[in-house]
Amino acid sequence: MAEVKPAARPLSPHLQIYRWSWTMAMSVAHRVTGTGLYLGTVLIAAWLVAAASGPAAFDTAQAIAGSFLGRLVLFLYSFSLIHHMVGGLRHFVWDMGKGYEPETRMNMAKFSLVASVSLTVLVWIVALVLR
Amino acid sequence: MLSNSSMRTPLGRVRGLGSAKSGTGHFWLQRVTAVSNLILTIIFIGIVIALVGRPYPAAVALLSNPLVAILMLLFTLSACIHMRLGMQVIIEDYVHNEGTKILAVMANTFFAIAIGAASVYAVLKLSFGG
Repeated sequence: MAEVKPAARPLSPHLQIYRWSWTMAMSVAHRVTGTGLYLGTVLIAAWLVAAASGPAAFDTAQAIAGSFLGRLVLFLYSFSLIHHMVGGLRHFVWDMGKGYEPETRMNMAKFSLVASVSLTVLVWIVALVLR
Repeated sequence: MLSNSSMRTPLGRVRGLGSAKSGTGHFWLQRVTAVSNLILTIIFIGIVIALVGRPYPAAVALLSNPLVAILMLLFTLSACIHMRLGMQVIIEDYVHNEGTKILAVMANTFFAIAIGAASVYAVLKLSFGG
């Protein structure tokens, strides 16, 4: 059979074509935070292994975690964790077949950012007060 | 196009195989681990808050508490399964070369298992007396 070249088919436009909207931004954020959490598990595993290795390794890990850079990473990680968790709650709502109305979608997207920022700050306040 | 020299009808070839070749298994496990992650992540944040600023003996005592250790093991398992599934979707979305994609999906599995094994080993070692 002769090789038939497929016709150049139209492709659906990607992200850069569309005007940014809250729902789109939060969707991208869900993926970005998920990727951040994925990579960050290296640090959690390393911290646990340090604790299992003995006091010297644990103190080193604690010193790194307590440094400015360490705290910045921890803050971003905790925000990513909470943002991804709140974003996941939105997915549960959609999985139940609810929340697809344009206004509801917009409100849920905005709420997910407000809720995740507030919860992250709250967690840090609690952690700093209790230490 | 595939040449249709096979005796099998097109319907027979695709029956039971979606585009992902595995039905809804991936989707469902992603949702099941999302539910368990929701509960376990809140617990994990609580454990980390309780550990902030603790010296080594206190931190070890907390992590080797049976209840804390079991919850940490469950969190590790749930999170590793969930993140493996999530990263696989990202790879399949953006890596179009078939060979690279297969290697990346495989590396993703290895990564999730390595992280899980290291964390589980550490928690068990702490629990069973360092």
